Amino acid sequence: MKALWSTLGALALQFATLSLVAFGGANTVVPEIHRQSVAVHHWMTDQQFAALFAISQAAPGPNVLISTLIGWKAAGLAGAIVATAAMCAPSCVLVFWVARVWDRYRHTRWRAAVGAGIAPVAVGFVFASAFVLVRAADSGWRFACVSAASAGVAYFTKLNPLWCLAAAALLGLTGALDVKL
Amino acid sequence: MNDAGDAPVTAALAKATPRALFITFLAMGLSGFGGVLPFARRALVDRHGWLTQGDFTETLALCQSLPGPNVVNLSIVVGARACGWRGALAALFGLIGAPFLILLGLGALYGRFGAYPLVQHAIGGIAAAAAGLVVATAARMAEPLIRSRWLLTAPIILLSFAGVGVARLPLIAVIAVLAPASVALMWRRPA
Repeated sequence: MKALWSTLGALALQFATLSLVAFGGANTVVPEIHRQSVAVHHWMTDQQFAALFAISQAAPGPNVLISTLIGWKAAGLAGAIVATAAMCAPSCVLVFWVARVWDRYRHTRWRAAVGAGIAPVAVGFVFASAFVLVRAADSGWRFACVSAASAGVAYFTKLNPLWCLAAAALLGLTGALDVKL
Repeated sequence: MNDAGDAPVTAALAKATPRALFITFLAMGLSGFGGVLPFARRALVDRHGWLTQGDFTETLALCQSLPGPNVVNLSIVVGARACGWRGALAALFGLIGAPFLILLGLGALYGRFGAYPLVQHAIGGIAAAAAGLVVATAARMAEPLIRSRWLLTAPIILLSFAGVGVARLPLIAVIAVLAPASVALMWRRPA
């Protein structure tokens, strides 16, 4: 029981903090979620993390819900609820209040500087997410080819990304990616 | 209840009820596989007329410069403009409620069947493709920044990538150092 409470506390603290720095969405904080869940708290392995991320991408809804699956894996239903609430509440409260002030200062120079300054930092974090996820998911050159192909399709075409995921699932089902098994 | 300052509120948005907000954002959350934004624009601008196209672009810019996912922030801002905190809550729960339950179901299925080789094979493939999608997202986000002022933005992108992705430093520490520096640079050299 004590272990459950301390896990819930750790989930709440982790996601509430990340909520306030997730500029551009959950993808920017994936490296930190990964670091905490795998290396710090040992809630899951590298590959389980990649699997949970894959499930959250294949399901509908905003990608912030990766927190739901991490919480569920760490501490069941209570963990899922705590992690999701912690990931959403702080940024939502902040947005609720800031939106009013922000509208008032629409045309000022400091607002433009803050917006322009934060953008490249956030983009760097998304690259870091991609790096961490590719390393967790790609055990072998065949997987790396799948990642490269889906990146290419998503970057150069307007195809619904779900098609990439579905094609990769089928390819995986044939066992062609995993010859060692 | 509408005290959104001098924010743009269309006549249609002023008439929106929490119930209508909930249902609209529910449909949005369920249709948005891998990206809710196109569906959000269609529903908010074209179908309901709650935002003009100009409002939408501007509101989105605001949502992008605050922490949290764009669409979640969008639900809060639009809901709040329509009917205060009750509208914000209705829109938020509409957006994430159903996907939350679906993910719990999928998580339970994975816990039950995740050990089967077939499931592992399929998920392994999806994980590799999903990682590739994030590469593409990063590249698309980087493109306009690099194109407009690459001398300023490229080093910052590289530093934040290396700090968090390669060196695995805590994200908060990297933000605390890089964000003020980056804002200061943009302040001295406005676009």
